[in-house]
Amino acid sequence: MEPSTQKLIHTFGALADLGQEIAGTGDFTEMVRTSMHLLLGTLALRRGAVVECSGPGPLRCVAIWGLDDQSLNGFQIDEAEMECFLGGEITESLVRNTATRNVFVNRQRERLVNEGIELVMPMIVRGEVTGLVLLGGKASGEDFSNDDFETIRAMVRHIGVGIHTHRLLEQLAQRAEENRKLYDDLRTIYRDTVRAFAAAIDIKDKYTQGHSERVGKYSEIIAREMGWSEEEVEGIQIAGYLHDIGKLIVDRDIINAPYYIDAKSSSELNRHPNAGYEILAPISHPYADIPLMAKHHHERLDGRGYPDGLTDQQIPIGAKIVSLADSFDAMTTDRPYRRRRSFEDVVVDLRENSGTQFDGKVVTAFARAILKEVKGETKERRVTKMLGKSYLEGEQVKTLLADLITDLEGVSQAKAQSL
Amino acid sequence: MDTPSGGQVRSHCVGTAAVIYAGDYLNKLSGEKIERECRRQLIGGCRALIIDFSDTKLVNSIGISILLGIIDVAEKSGARIVFSEVNNQTVQLFEMLGLTRHVVLAKDEGEALLNLSRFETTPVVH
Repeated sequence: MEPSTQKLIHTFGALADLGQEIAGTGDFTEMVRTSMHLLLGTLALRRGAVVECSGPGPLRCVAIWGLDDQSLNGFQIDEAEMECFLGGEITESLVRNTATRNVFVNRQRERLVNEGIELVMPMIVRGEVTGLVLLGGKASGEDFSNDDFETIRAMVRHIGVGIHTHRLLEQLAQRAEENRKLYDDLRTIYRDTVRAFAAAIDIKDKYTQGHSERVGKYSEIIAREMGWSEEEVEGIQIAGYLHDIGKLIVDRDIINAPYYIDAKSSSELNRHPNAGYEILAPISHPYADIPLMAKHHHERLDGRGYPDGLTDQQIPIGAKIVSLADSFDAMTTDRPYRRRRSFEDVVVDLRENSGTQFDGKVVTAFARAILKEVKGETKERRVTKMLGKSYLEGEQVKTLLADLITDLEGVSQAKAQSL
Repeated sequence: MDTPSGGQVRSHCVGTAAVIYAGDYLNKLSGEKIERECRRQLIGGCRALIIDFSDTKLVNSIGISILLGIIDVAEKSGARIVFSEVNNQTVQLFEMLGLTRHVVLAKDEGEALLNLSRFETTPVVH
């Protein structure tokens, strides 16, 4: 093979490898180091370094070969030297050429010569000096030819683009991180505002303080047990906090009536799901369907609920979860006209009303979550905390929950087979 | 006996010379392993390095750069370096790039050892 052909093949191979290296998404320093090796190996240069800069100031060594690691410490580039590179007249500069107008080379000549550097080439991308490539002489001892300069220019441009792209990606990552923090802050503010609203709703009803917060937490527990994503779980928790927001427009005397209310008052109270929807619908929530969950949390599977009398499949799953959480909290807390019910009694109610008022799958998920907690299989005891320690004590509770799960799963399977 | 060390690089010592096998393709990965092995042998007291290219079909640019680095390290340590059993194509490449100015090429390991024995090696005092 002709030496010139072999040289071309060797150079093309290196350029192809360099393109692949620059386009890669691996470690930045390794990318520069490999690129520098490719450049040195193409012309068999015995030493070299890639230094980067972002404006006048110190040059940071990214890759070095054949030189002492510390040999480039303290190298600086000033504004005039940068301008000199950006002026476009100076590309590469031979260090020993004392006639060069390259002010950087003229200032650093002695040190560069001592380190064995023979050629300095700036990396200029989009009007910015991203750094310099410093190269030693050829192993052959020959001077650089015009072809060599062309090859070096092409490869240095590639390396410069690689460094520039890396910087852009770093800036993008930084901005994305800032945006993420801002978004997290906004979410925190949103959640805090929602919790404040929930507290405001509950303050109106002196007998159900903490109700909205508890419904939010129960809803979250159920959704998590049903395998919802973290985003969806957060959404249902918010829906739980806000499900009674419509009560803000209901007369305080009706809400706080220490007895069963009459039909007229009941009708007034039953306006709250629609009112809640109207309050929540114009707000741009970061989670889906919160207004609908508030609107339909009093619907029943058998169509006897309100405000729209929807049936099973028509009721959004989120509303079914909030409905169960709401009823469970109502049954397990004291009200002005009754004491809270025993857990055994609550389980009986859930069993009886599954399939008519509550969705059996939702009840099963809730029962499973509570059973895991009473068996000590969960880190936190969140349900216990809300209900009080003694409420879920004893083996009886585990049996009740296990039986409820078995029965409801049996019903669910039978239903599935009949379809 | 040949022993793989520093990864998958085979090497063995003959007196104060270390024979290191370059493998079939001298690229970044294999080159760095060979470089580490050469450094290890020099630190261990070897006075000469024989890099055996008998299995080597191809040397790319990074391989050239790494070989130049090994030559540099060997020179700084006062150690001699010989490349043995280099195929014709690679010899042409080494000649074209000027590597042959810095290393001796030998037909095989025996010739490399013979070549080294002609030179009296004197310990370098650091």
